[in-house]
Amino acid sequence: MIRARALEKRFGQRRALRPLDLALERGGFLVVTGANGSGKTTLLRLVAGLAAPTRGTLSVDADRGSLGYLGHEPLLYRDLTALENLDLYGRLYRVPERRERIGMLLERYGLWDVRADRVASYSRGMTQRLALCRALLHEPELLVLDEPFTALDADGAALLDRQLAELAGSATVLVTTHEPLRVEPLATARLALA
Amino acid sequence: MPALAALSAALVGLAIVLAFWVAPEDADQGISQRIFYFHVPIALTAYACFGWGAWKALRYLWTREERHDLESYVAIHQGTIFGALTLATGSIWAKASWGHWWVWDSNQLVLFLVLFLFYSAYFMLRFSIEDGPRRANMSAVYALFGVALIPVSFLAIRLAEDFIHPTTFTRDGPQMTGSMFLAFCVSWLAITLVAYTLYRVELLGKRLDGNLRELREALSS
Amino acid sequence: MTTYLADVAALARKDLRLELRARDTLPAMLLFVLSTLVVFHFALPTGADEVAAHGLLWVALVFTALLGLARAWAPERDGGALEGLVLAPSDRSAIWLGKSAAVFVFLGLIELVALPAFALFFSPLQREALLGVFLANVGICAVGTLLAAMAAVSRTRELILPLLFLPLAIPLVVGGVGSSVSTDPGRYLLFLGLYDAVFAILCWASFEYVVSE
Repeated sequence: MIRARALEKRFGQRRALRPLDLALERGGFLVVTGANGSGKTTLLRLVAGLAAPTRGTLSVDADRGSLGYLGHEPLLYRDLTALENLDLYGRLYRVPERRERIGMLLERYGLWDVRADRVASYSRGMTQRLALCRALLHEPELLVLDEPFTALDADGAALLDRQLAELAGSATVLVTTHEPLRVEPLATARLALA
Repeated sequence: MPALAALSAALVGLAIVLAFWVAPEDADQGISQRIFYFHVPIALTAYACFGWGAWKALRYLWTREERHDLESYVAIHQGTIFGALTLATGSIWAKASWGHWWVWDSNQLVLFLVLFLFYSAYFMLRFSIEDGPRRANMSAVYALFGVALIPVSFLAIRLAEDFIHPTTFTRDGPQMTGSMFLAFCVSWLAITLVAYTLYRVELLGKRLDGNLRELREALSS
Repeated sequence: MTTYLADVAALARKDLRLELRARDTLPAMLLFVLSTLVVFHFALPTGADEVAAHGLLWVALVFTALLGLARAWAPERDGGALEGLVLAPSDRSAIWLGKSAAVFVFLGLIELVALPAFALFFSPLQREALLGVFLANVGICAVGTLLAAMAAVSRTRELILPLLFLPLAIPLVVGGVGSSVSTDPGRYLLFLGLYDAVFAILCWASFEYVVSE
């Protein structure tokens, strides 16, 4: 599903990602680890299509509509409510039975009670949960998650654990994390960036 | 490359000779009219540079190859320099002809003022974005806007004559006799060649810079 | 096609909702344009003709628009939502069109107050002048929204937007003033239409490159 050869990313003179080869089959679960600044985020952004490679080749067998991305930023409108945010994205992603799906996700991630509150009023953990809902809204085939456990409390992390376990095998997952042990049981491949 | 430079220099020399000594003197404006032989070709060359820059910008957006971005930037850089020269020579001509350093009734001059402002903003934009595909994308898009602005602006300035009443200076537009035409053509050719030479020189310089940087990095890692 | 327009509508609605909630940009623009008109009264020497006043109207409109445009992409910047929009399968140009439509509505709302104020302070506006305002708005919003997106990416942010925008606004000012004061406003209106057509197409086609890498 993802194939990269000699993939490299540079910002002017700064090298963000050293040449890298990668192959991830459909349904695989890749865990990427590495120190800060080793290029984890850059790699994920390249796979998601938010950045273009400087050198090398990268092919991702998923169009924008089947790709779900969770980055460092929540990708949400702070002055809109959870419902409004997800409704907008639901429309843009042409999610069928949008309302039901949104309701289901909000409930599952414990955000139903605050669904009509502005995102600006959320805690970091709640924002992260909503960002996760956003990434999962359209049932993506390829899930690209950049340190998804950040800011999640114990409950939130448990919810994410369960979600990932459900997805493993059916969707292709690419995760970066500072706690690889957490997702180790699900991993079919591992990559450590220097 | 040196041959090119030598040729340009020679042609410019020839052009100067033709313009100042060979071509007949204009009845009304006298010696100040001579500057026309340079002012108009410089203006035309500036347009050509902007056009070339826009073309390269389009090529960049098409192919995403870095070199097109560099070529576009250098072309626009040259265009801006020649644009500034257009304004300068135009100003000298205005002073010599009418005693004012600036006149609003030369449409071409006003157009160049607008374009000069536009392309100056190009550089401000380019230098305020970090090097990378983003910067190249933005520069390319803006360069395309520039080339669309040229005819639109020209039309606008023409239309503005209606309500911007210019002081009644006589319009320029020399009717050219044979030897005048020759001087003009030689000058145009010379200036185009100078622009091309400068373009190549700057491009070479930038490419060398880039190669040097890559080499340094390869050695350090 | 319908999904494209649906996307545009959803995005425009989002911006209108945001402004309704925050209510910071519109009041600021309104106060700015009214203050500017008052300043112009003092800036015009006595005996200055109607033409000068109309010219200044256009200055006021362009700078008020700039004020609004400077913050046009702020909601997308705050939470990183722009990347969210770019990731979506919808056409990138829809992002631009949706935002431009919203800015157009804002500008129109401001003008609903500013134009009568101008008529009150200075001189009445003819039908052609109003049509000129409408056409110029299209150009301002189309080009301004795209340039504002560029400015948002640059290091100097709002500082650079006027520099990018003003040269491109000059033809609009010419068209607008011409439609107000000329004896043959039709030409100017046609010209504004031409500007709108050329630059709207250019913006529509090139926005993809402004937001992607």
